[in-house]
Amino acid sequence: MLRKIRLVLAFVAFVLINVLLLDFTGAAHCWLGWMAEIQFLPALLALNVVVIAALVLLTLVFGRIYCSVICPLGIMQDIFSWLHGRHKKQRFSYSPALTWLRWAMVAVLAALIALGMASLASLIAPYSTYGRIATNLLQPLYIWCNNGLAAIAEHYDSYAFYSVDVWMKGMPTFLIAIASLVVIAVLAWRGGRTWCNTVCPVGTVLGLLARFSWMKVRIDTTKCIDCGACSHNCKASCIDFNNHKVDYSRCVMCGDCLEHCKTGALTYCHSVKTEDSKQDAPTDPTGRRVAILAAGVIGAEAALAQTKKKLDGGLAVIEDKKPAKRQTPLTPPGSLSAKNMATRCTACQLCVSKCPNQVLRPSSDLTRLMQPEMSFELGYCRPECNQCSQVCPSDAIRPIGTDDKSAIQIGHAVWIKENCMITKYGAECGNCARHCTTGAITMVPSDPKDDTSPMIPAIDTERCIGCGACEYLCPSRPFSAIYVEGHEVHRTI
Amino acid sequence: MDNNNFSTKINRRSFMKLLGAATTGAALAGCAATNDDANPEEPPVGKMTYRVNPKDNTKVSLLGYGMMRLPTLDAQASAREDKDAEIDQEMVNREIDYAIEHGVNYIDTSPAYCKGRSEHCTGIALARHKRSEYYIATKLSNFNPETWSREASIEMYNNSFKELQVEYIDYMLVHGAGMGEDGMETFKGRYIDNGILGFLLEERKKGKIRNLGFSYHGDINVFNMLLEQNDKYQWDFVQIELNYFDWKHAKSNDEDNTNADYLYAQLAKRKIPIIVMEPLLGGRLAKLPEPLANKLKRRDPEHSVASWAFRYAGSFPEVLTVLSGMTFMEHLKDNLLTYCPLKPLTDEEKRFLEGIAADLDSYGTIPCNDCKYCMPCPVGLDIPAIFGHNNKCLSEGNVPHDNKSPDYARERRAFLIGYDRSVPKLRQADHCIGCGKCMPHCPQKIQIPREMERISKYVDQLKRQA
Repeated sequence: MLRKIRLVLAFVAFVLINVLLLDFTGAAHCWLGWMAEIQFLPALLALNVVVIAALVLLTLVFGRIYCSVICPLGIMQDIFSWLHGRHKKQRFSYSPALTWLRWAMVAVLAALIALGMASLASLIAPYSTYGRIATNLLQPLYIWCNNGLAAIAEHYDSYAFYSVDVWMKGMPTFLIAIASLVVIAVLAWRGGRTWCNTVCPVGTVLGLLARFSWMKVRIDTTKCIDCGACSHNCKASCIDFNNHKVDYSRCVMCGDCLEHCKTGALTYCHSVKTEDSKQDAPTDPTGRRVAILAAGVIGAEAALAQTKKKLDGGLAVIEDKKPAKRQTPLTPPGSLSAKNMATRCTACQLCVSKCPNQVLRPSSDLTRLMQPEMSFELGYCRPECNQCSQVCPSDAIRPIGTDDKSAIQIGHAVWIKENCMITKYGAECGNCARHCTTGAITMVPSDPKDDTSPMIPAIDTERCIGCGACEYLCPSRPFSAIYVEGHEVHRTI
Repeated sequence: MDNNNFSTKINRRSFMKLLGAATTGAALAGCAATNDDANPEEPPVGKMTYRVNPKDNTKVSLLGYGMMRLPTLDAQASAREDKDAEIDQEMVNREIDYAIEHGVNYIDTSPAYCKGRSEHCTGIALARHKRSEYYIATKLSNFNPETWSREASIEMYNNSFKELQVEYIDYMLVHGAGMGEDGMETFKGRYIDNGILGFLLEERKKGKIRNLGFSYHGDINVFNMLLEQNDKYQWDFVQIELNYFDWKHAKSNDEDNTNADYLYAQLAKRKIPIIVMEPLLGGRLAKLPEPLANKLKRRDPEHSVASWAFRYAGSFPEVLTVLSGMTFMEHLKDNLLTYCPLKPLTDEEKRFLEGIAADLDSYGTIPCNDCKYCMPCPVGLDIPAIFGHNNKCLSEGNVPHDNKSPDYARERRAFLIGYDRSVPKLRQADHCIGCGKCMPHCPQKIQIPREMERISKYVDQLKRQA
C-alpha cells in the first residue's frame, strides 16, 4: 500500500515538474511554479524558511520520502532501475554506507556555495541536474512535437499551437546534461539509488534527519525468517537482513521491501519491528540514451538546415550574429548582482527554458558555468516579459513586475564606431534609436559643427536599462555596432 | 526608373492575377463568385452597352480588352513578368473571338506589355477578324531613356503597325504622362524635346492615327498642363485611373496621387471622352477585406465583388470604355455579364460604394501585390510577406486595437502567431533601417520604410499589451 501511494504521488509529481521544466509558453509556472520552489537546495539558497521547515518536518515524520516523491532526479533513477528490474529480480544486496564520501560531498557543496560558486556545486545538486537533463535533452523533443502540431494547426488556419525555435543554448551545459544523464542512468541501472546514497548532498542531509524520523520501516525479528527478500529488493541497499538492521540515513521510503516481505515482518510504523526490501529494476538504458543523443544531434542539424532554407527565394542572406564580447556578463533583471547570481543559482535551467525571446542561455565561463547569462543575437529582453524572475526557485532572480523591470538597469549600451552602418557603408540607419525602449539613444550629427553631417547614435547611459533592443536590431553583422555591457550590480533608474 | 514606373501600370492592373490566385487557393468569400460555378449564366450576345465617341460618332463597347496580362501555357507563370513564360496564343485567339462575338470592340495593348510580346500576339488574334470589327489602341511606350530619341521613338511607333498588322491605329496614346521621378522633365524628354508629340499630331492629320490621347499617372502638373493646352493638342480622349476608391481616397496610398473626381471633372468639363484603367485598383476591389466583401455579397449575392467596381466605372456618362486585363475566359465572361447590358448604379448604390471605399481606406491595407520588385532588401526583410500578413489580418479582422474587447486575446494571438509563421523573426519589420533602397522599385509607390515602422510599432505595442 505504501508503495502504491508512493508510486502514484511520484508519478504525479514527476509529470508536473516535467511540465514546468518543458513548458515554453509561460503558462505553466503560474500553476506549477511551486514544484520548483519545494526543491530542497533551491529553497535553501532562497532562504525559503517555510519550505525548508516543511521539508525538515516531513522528513522527521516520514523519513526521506522527499527523495522518492518530490525529487525528479530520484524518480528518474527509479525509472531506470525499474527498467532493469523487469528482467532481473532480486538484484540488490546490502552494502555498508560510504559515510565519509557522503559527508565529503556535503562539505564540498557547502564550501562551493560559501565561495560563491554555486554553479560548480550544482553539478552534484539533484534538482538542478535533472533540470538540465530535462531542458537540454527533453525540451527539444517536446518543442519538436509542438512544432509538428503547429504545422498541422497552420494547415487548418488554427492558432492553437505556434512554432518555437530549437537552438543550441550552450554546448558545455548540453554536454554536462548528457554526461549527468549517462552517469546517473548507469548507476541507477546497476545499483538503484547509488547516486542518492553516495553522492547526493541533499540525500545525505535528509538522511541524517531520517535517522530520527518518527515513522520508520521496522523489522519484527520474531516474524523474520531471514529470507533476505527485503535486502535483495532494496534499491537503496540499506537493509542488512542478517543483522535485522536498516540504515535509515539511506532508506528513501519507497516501500518496496514491505511488499516483498512474505511474513509481514516488515512494517512502516512508529514503534519497533521490521525488515525486508525489494525494488524495481530496469532494462537497457543504452538504447534510450542513444535515442536521446541522436535526437539532440538531429535537432542541431535540423536547426542548421532551417537556417539555410531561409536564405532561398530572392531574400538577402542574413549572416548570423555573434555574441558580443562583454567585459561584465549580463544577468537578467531581478538577479540584483553578479554575486547574487553566482551564489544562489543552482543552474537548473528553468529560467533558460522559459525565456521566450531567446535571450537567456547557460554560461560557458568556468566560474559561472551553466548559470544564465544574456545575449541578444536572436531577440532582446522584452519589456512585457518577466518570466525568468517568476520561475526562479532559488531567488537567484528575484520576482519582479514588468513595471519594476522598466527601471532596472542591468547594463548600458556601448556604440562601436567601426561596426556602425555609417562607418561601414556610409548609410544612415538609426534603428537603435528607433527601437530604444527608454529613449536613451538619440541620433546626433557626427560632426557637432555640421548639422547636415551623417547622424550617429549617442547614448544616455543614465537612461539606458540594458534591454538589448539596440543590439538585437542593429543591422551590422556578425557583430552589432551597439552592444550592452553588463553591470556587476544592478541599479534602479 | 521609368521602367519601374511603367511596370507600375501593368502591375496595378493585376486584377486577373489576384483573382486567379484567389480561386486556385481557398477563395476569399468575396471574389469567389467571379469564378465559381454558382453563376452558370452565359453572357448574352448583342446586349453590350456602347458609348459614342463624339469625334467620329463610332460606337465603342463599354468593356475594353486589356492585353497586358495574356494567358500562358504554364498557367502558373506570368507573361507580364516572365519573358520565358510562353504565351498561349490559341487561348488569346479564343478569348478575342469570344469577346468580339459578344460585342467587345476596343482592344488595348502597348509595345511594352508582356515583355514586348503583347502587340505581336494581339496582331495575330485580330488579323483573323475584319478590320471594321474592332478598334485598336496602342501606345508610344518610350519609357527607357535610350528610346527617347526621335529616331528610336518613331521606330517604336512604326513597329506597332507591323506587329499589329494594321494600316492605321484607332487610338494612340502618349503612354504614362506624368510618370518618372520628375514627371514634367520626363514628359518633356520623351515627347516635347524630341518633337514626338508634334510627330504624332502630324500622323493624326495624315489619318494614320484616328484618335490621339494620353494616359495619365503621377504628376498632376503634367495632366493640368496637357489639358490647358487642349486647344493646341485637341485630345480625342484621355485614359485615367478611376474606381470607387480613387474617386475620393487616392491620396491615402500616396500623397502625390490625385483623386479621380478631380480628373473626371476636368475632362468632363472639356467634353473629352474618358478611358478608364484600374477599375479594380490593382485587384484590391476584387479582393476586399472579408467584412467589406460580405457587405457587397449581402446586397447582391449573385454577382461578383468585382462586378460592383465595373458597374461603378461604367456608370459615368463621359466614360467611353472600361479596360480590364482578362487572362482567363471566366473573367471575360463575368465582365461581359456586367456590361451586357450595363445596369447603371443608382445614386444610393453609388453612396453605398463610397461608404465601402471609406471603410477600405480606414482598414489601412497596404496596396502591395507581391510583385517582389523591392526585393532583395539589403538587410534581409521579407517586405511582401510582411505586407501580406498585415493585409491578411486586416481582411480577416485580426488586427486588435481595443484590449478591452472580448475578441482581443484571440485576435492578438492570431496576429502575432501568424506574423511569426509568415515572416521569420530576423526578416520582420523591426529590422528595417529605413535606407529606402526599396522605394524606387515599388510600382505602387508604397512608402515602405514608413509602413515598416508603423507595423513594427504596432507589433511592439501588441506584444506589450497581453
